[in-house]
Amino acid sequence: MTMETTKSTQSDTSARQAILDRIQTKRVDIPPLPDVDPERVIQFDQPIDKFVEMLAMVGGQAHQVDSQADVRGVLDEIDVFKTATRVVSLAPDAVAGTIDATQVDDPHELATLDWTIARGEFMIAENGSIWVDGDTLPHRVLLFIAQYLAIVVPRSQIVSNMHQAYERIEGFGGRFGVFVSGPSKTADIEQSLVLGAHGCRKLQVFIVGDM
Amino acid sequence: MLPIVQHPAAAKEFVNDPNRSRWHDQALWFVRSKRDKQAGSLPEWEYLRETASGIKTHTIANMAHYLQEFERNATARGAVVHWARDAEHHNEIVLRILRDHKTKRIVKSKSMLTEECGLNHYLEDNGIDVVDTDLGERIVQLRNEPPSHIVLPAIHIKKEEVGQTFHTHLGTDEGASDPKYLTEAARGHLRDKFLAGEIGITGVNFAIAETGGLVVCTNEGNADLGTSLPRVHIACMGIEKLLPRQRDLGVFTRLLARSATGQPITTYTSHFIGPRDENSELHIVLVDNGRTRLRESETFRAAMHCIRCGACMNTCPVYRRSGGHSYRATVPGPIGSVLSPTRDQNSYKSLPYACSLCGSCSDVCPVKIPLHHQLLAWRGELVGKKLLPASKRWAMTMASYLFRFPRLFRLVGKVGRFALRILPRWATHHRFNAWTIARELPDPPKETFRDWHRRHRTK
Repeated sequence: MTMETTKSTQSDTSARQAILDRIQTKRVDIPPLPDVDPERVIQFDQPIDKFVEMLAMVGGQAHQVDSQADVRGVLDEIDVFKTATRVVSLAPDAVAGTIDATQVDDPHELATLDWTIARGEFMIAENGSIWVDGDTLPHRVLLFIAQYLAIVVPRSQIVSNMHQAYERIEGFGGRFGVFVSGPSKTADIEQSLVLGAHGCRKLQVFIVGDM
Repeated sequence: MLPIVQHPAAAKEFVNDPNRSRWHDQALWFVRSKRDKQAGSLPEWEYLRETASGIKTHTIANMAHYLQEFERNATARGAVVHWARDAEHHNEIVLRILRDHKTKRIVKSKSMLTEECGLNHYLEDNGIDVVDTDLGERIVQLRNEPPSHIVLPAIHIKKEEVGQTFHTHLGTDEGASDPKYLTEAARGHLRDKFLAGEIGITGVNFAIAETGGLVVCTNEGNADLGTSLPRVHIACMGIEKLLPRQRDLGVFTRLLARSATGQPITTYTSHFIGPRDENSELHIVLVDNGRTRLRESETFRAAMHCIRCGACMNTCPVYRRSGGHSYRATVPGPIGSVLSPTRDQNSYKSLPYACSLCGSCSDVCPVKIPLHHQLLAWRGELVGKKLLPASKRWAMTMASYLFRFPRLFRLVGKVGRFALRILPRWATHHRFNAWTIARELPDPPKETFRDWHRRHRTK
């Protein structure tokens, strides 16, 4: 066993060297690395309107509310929320959950989760996506395993395009982060779009004025 | 030695089913149209393509530097970086990690690299249960077929056929073909597999040298479910997936989904930097498998820009009508016809001819690979190496001879026009002449161009 491990490790090192050597043997002129000129990319005068339009296009639903206290009322109008029993909320000022995810050790225990109410950092107008910082999630799987997902995001936090989005997360030091654009979906059967592939079946986004 | 692929023969069955061929053609043209709509919505589209191409050219030229920077940063964040010379070595590395963890069940999200390496069959032969979790990949896996498209693996299969497959394997109602019902059945079936998976394997869309992080893009959320339940994540990537800086993603995330499926971005664009927590592991396998050799070619190096969006397939008139399986390669379509012969010229020599040189692929490519120029360049190389069939070589030699002697050219023209007038149909339309299978010979012209020109020149 020890012998085998040693042999494998050596073969890894030699592959590394072989690959790097082969690249270094063939010198290629290196043109400069281009940067994007912010003046040459699209910006929106009404980014919230664009975000709402794009979110609808990718299958999500936007709700503009004044404060986090208004979120609950909107959710209560949704049948699958009224009947939900297993809810994790990472935005306790908006909705109280029924499960404390920080007390869950094994993510598999979240298999039967009905809803996750997550917090979004900011919105991107051009594609209706929201940046969710992994550090806000006690378990990464919360975002993907719940049958339904809601994301609460401050109205003031919005950028026009992905260049600005990456500018905002420049130097991001977390282990995980994701742009979420609409509910999970697939068109793998005859190009028929079906919402609710492996992740959430629907996505509600709460754009909160005072947050 | 790989078997020789004759594209026309391999495409025959698909093309001879006109309903399927037309249906396939239209399904892909629909995707292409969605792409056009998205591309047209951004005034800076061409600027983005140029920038993406520039970033890739820079990165590939400076690849040794960025690979080492990536390795350093990924390792500092707690990932384990492995280097694989070729497909076999890659498979051995993955199996070793599985064995180290005594794993029998893995959940896999889409990775064209692992398809290229034949990982699934290798692992299955070694007693591992491999579950593809992308819906399209699961469909083809259950049917024991390879994917026919790199983004839409089951684009060649009709919903009734999916229904039959699911009836057999998942116990759905016989005759059911509603995509919503079938997707729901797959969701339930794969949820159980996700919960039982011991290790998650994913591909990689982009790797960032500056952070040591990885980006994986999916619509279904399968890569995320597959990596956020098990403690071990293995990410397999070709070395060309590298980007220098995180902000370069701004360009590529804007191009990828718009080019691939006409979406403004994929549903999930996930950034993994190091393992999930102190008790988890992230293994990254960097694979060469012919890429450093491709990099040495001035003519074909730009093919390494490819971000596997599939736009060139969706637009290709040959791919749309002949289906992805006719290329007998992991990556079909125009980019596949450039890449496959770099692996084995003799086996894939017919692929650069599965092309009308219309140039549509080069027009839609988000990273500006000059695809149709490369396909033409391949033809030059293949002719030079005498890899064409004797019939084509002989005809080309004769044509070149003819063009060198004007008198001979005129004489043969005269004979040809005469022959067109007097030859009976049976002399031209017979089983030895493939050219006339679906074509009629033209009527001979009343006047040759040469005569017409002479008549008008003096006026």
